[in-house]
Amino acid sequence: MLKNKENRVMKIVIYVVCILLAILSVLPFWIMIVNATRSTTEIQQHAISLIPSSYMMNNIKILLGKSFNPAVGFMNSLIISIGATVLAIYFSSLTAYAQVAYNWKLRNVFFSFIMVVMMIPAQVTMIGFYQMVYKIHMTNRLSMLILPAIASPTMVFFMRQYLQPTLSMEIVQSARIDGAKEFMIFNRIVLPIMKPAIATQAIFSFVASWNNLFTPLVLLTDQKKYTMPIMVSLLKGDIYKTEYGSVYMGLTLTVLPLIVVYLLLSKYIIAGVALGGVKG
Amino acid sequence: MKSKKPGYDRYAKYGYIFSIPFVIAFLLFSLYPTVYTAVIGFTDLKGLGKTDIHFLTDDLFRNFKTVLSSPSFQLAFRNTVVIWLANFIPQMLLALLLAAWFTDKRSKVKGQGAFKVLLYMPNIITAATIAILFSGFFGYPMGPINDLLVRFGFIDAPIELLRSKTVARGVVIFIQTWMWYGSTMITLISGILGISPEIFESAEVDGANRVQTFFHITMPNIKTILLFTLVTSLIGGLNMFDIPRLFQDGKPDDATLTTSLFIYKQAFSGSYMYNRAAAASMVMFLIIAVLAAMMFFVMRDKDEVKLNKQIRQQQKAYAKKMKAGKENGSC
Repeated sequence: MLKNKENRVMKIVIYVVCILLAILSVLPFWIMIVNATRSTTEIQQHAISLIPSSYMMNNIKILLGKSFNPAVGFMNSLIISIGATVLAIYFSSLTAYAQVAYNWKLRNVFFSFIMVVMMIPAQVTMIGFYQMVYKIHMTNRLSMLILPAIASPTMVFFMRQYLQPTLSMEIVQSARIDGAKEFMIFNRIVLPIMKPAIATQAIFSFVASWNNLFTPLVLLTDQKKYTMPIMVSLLKGDIYKTEYGSVYMGLTLTVLPLIVVYLLLSKYIIAGVALGGVKG
Repeated sequence: MKSKKPGYDRYAKYGYIFSIPFVIAFLLFSLYPTVYTAVIGFTDLKGLGKTDIHFLTDDLFRNFKTVLSSPSFQLAFRNTVVIWLANFIPQMLLALLLAAWFTDKRSKVKGQGAFKVLLYMPNIITAATIAILFSGFFGYPMGPINDLLVRFGFIDAPIELLRSKTVARGVVIFIQTWMWYGSTMITLISGILGISPEIFESAEVDGANRVQTFFHITMPNIKTILLFTLVTSLIGGLNMFDIPRLFQDGKPDDATLTTSLFIYKQAFSGSYMYNRAAAASMVMFLIIAVLAAMMFFVMRDKDEVKLNKQIRQQQKAYAKKMKAGKENGSC
């Protein structure tokens, strides 16, 4: 009896804390979206409100009348994120396959090497990277943000962990007997086997690339090449100083696509985080 | 396992061939920039658009000495460590508590899926956006926080909250915690679910309560995951950039200046001191490399122990077989 009561109290505590934390997750975005529909005067009178107003179109008009161009940022971010994700997925799978399927002398050395370098962030080598790109006159080229994805040590690591228990060498052997070339076996047989891992890794690679601020900030100086996070940083500039409603509108425009995609894919994303595939 | 019969390794060359794209991209976009950064650290390279390098002739290590003795870098490093510690500890405690609740069979928390989705959400949103959003929330004279404080009578008139070092740093710490505890929680939950349920059952049979079970069974069994989280979080924390940069750009009074932000400001503003920024980068690189190596040894040991065990077992089995074969032969 006593234990039951104790259990019920415990349960109430758990739900209250969880609901409070859930509200804490949603509230900042809700205030943002509501303020995006309110006029600057309304916000100046009361900066917090839970009920939307009717100045949405007006805010959009002011926002787009200045240097903030969400369409350009969106397109550039899309090109970079898709390009980087496709390259990272394909070549990481290929490298992981080389690890799992073949017996080569330097295999273990190479894997240890991948494990060591996967922890080293790109940021600490940025000065050299910038100088190199500047020397060959490739700043403001989106390709410089896409091509490095070919070598993604973290993804190779997770792809290998997935492939190791999943790949049966018998299938590969029988394909060989049927006369398939090694490269074709990878493309036609191994890649389809890896679909579940590819799906999770693709989501995280895409999001990481989409949210990346540091590298584009260093490399891109041309407004036409700006990515979404750099576009967002323009909202902090002086030109929007008093246009509160428009700033919230701009932020909302960058967040909404992410929230929609997140809610659609949340099942896979949570499963992916559980595998430990996000950090780093 | 590693038989070297001729013909067996007919396909071995494909291991090399398929690794070529990775290696080339790594050499071009990672190794070369790393070495180049290290080299720049020993030169006098500064000024926008400059690329020619001349090694320092008077004192090769001058940039490193300047950076290490610079109060600004020291402050940035202290800030980075303080901000990381102050967000990691509450983040870890909260994540552990939630993970214990969500995996506890006795409480059976309903709606876990929805809670996980909501608590993880801030992690997926662009950090740049979040930094600017919070900077707006703490706006002066009229931001949502000031509005709340005035409405509920805590203060009479709006105050410029972000002029306080404590508030500015506190908000950065809050944002970091808020963005990452959901992720840590999910990682820990998956770790706890990986523990064999029998251990928990026998603990329950032995009359262990929730707290005892947590400290004596759950915690020791997720040690590796805790360490993994610690090191990845530390490396991420040492590179904190987006939030401090777009929240207050290191202000007020450099209270939110982190090492990454210091490096960025040295190299890409003011007098474009690429050489000093490179030296500072290398200092951070060394710290992170040591952490990564530690991580590598801890993670590798486990795999290797397992592998060695397997090999030993196989050898034993093989020896037995040989022995049996010999005996059969002698008969």
